[in-house]
Amino acid sequence: MKVVLRNPRREVEVPGNRRVKDVLRELDILPETVLVIRGDDLITADEVVRDGETIELRPVMSGGAS
Amino acid sequence: MKCRKCGNAAVLELRRHNAAFCGPDFLEFFRNQIREAIRKYRMFTRDEPVLVAVSGGKDSLALWDVLIDEGYQTRGLYLDLGIFDYSVESRAKCETFAAARGAPLLVRRVAEEVGAPVPVIKSVTRRPPCSGCGLSKRYLMNRAALDEGMPVVATGHNLDDEAATLFGSVMHWQMDALPRQSPALPSTHPKLVRRVKPLYRLSEQETAAYAFLRKIDYIVDECPFAKGATSIAHKETLNRMEAASPGAKHNFLFGFLEKARPAFERAEAVVLNECVRCGQVTTGTLCAFCKLADQVKRAAPVAGDDAAPVL
Repeated sequence: MKVVLRNPRREVEVPGNRRVKDVLRELDILPETVLVIRGDDLITADEVVRDGETIELRPVMSGGAS
Repeated sequence: MKCRKCGNAAVLELRRHNAAFCGPDFLEFFRNQIREAIRKYRMFTRDEPVLVAVSGGKDSLALWDVLIDEGYQTRGLYLDLGIFDYSVESRAKCETFAAARGAPLLVRRVAEEVGAPVPVIKSVTRRPPCSGCGLSKRYLMNRAALDEGMPVVATGHNLDDEAATLFGSVMHWQMDALPRQSPALPSTHPKLVRRVKPLYRLSEQETAAYAFLRKIDYIVDECPFAKGATSIAHKETLNRMEAASPGAKHNFLFGFLEKARPAFERAEAVVLNECVRCGQVTTGTLCAFCKLADQVKRAAPVAGDDAAPVL
């Protein structure tokens, strides 16, 4: 599967069918720090992403001045 | 994973609530949290105009979206920080959002108000970039609200923002900052408007999910000056604690607000003066904003301590 990451925007390949939570663990990303987007939908950590699909892991953290 | 309310497929898991929601039920959960925040802290009524400070990011646009839908009288305020393409893009997001909803949007340029955009402020002061930026924003939000006759400013600070600020204050035992940390700061002077944070019950993942599900076009890229900011480091620390113990951030912030904050209230009231130059509120004679503007004018660092800003 293709995994799209942001800030900076980049793509990584993760082989095989995987649950979202396993992909996040492999990429060392905490589940609550991203939205997991497949197409036009948000998906939860227990969803399986199939080889050949694309997901975006969109960071949710903002910061700096308040 | 199933929605806790209807049993349909969930789109978001909220581990700290031991729950998951489908899209429609999550949106209702989100709105309910804001309704509860407004009710609990009596932030504003439907008869009061509310100035919503918007940055083009997910939090402030999600907040404005809910307040418009709830029928509040709102006006947006965008502060153009002059941070290269980031500001150009974020301003465009706010303008598009406002135009699509027929909502009024005020725009103020930091470069006109301070004398230089944030990148120049960063280079001519010894402050970290977020410090001069935050000072300018708080000052300009208050002044814009006064100019427009609006009694309250609402900002998009979320649970993560508030927990990170509290963490930083506790780490350094900033005794002046702790009593000021609240979802609602009352007006304590005729020239200080109320400041409220209706998103304080919602995490930044939840505000991002709301913005996504509502198809709000927000700026995803981070401010180029936020990299390395202390507040980001604090959020990362808290996120690791949250992963190990869901609800940690919520308990930290809500426990402070409900149990600890009263212990930090000052016994003596702070004396508030009006700045001799601009007339805005300060604890000294010349406010921190005017001092910053002086620094920018001279384009050289100023020695000595600033009077504590109260905005």
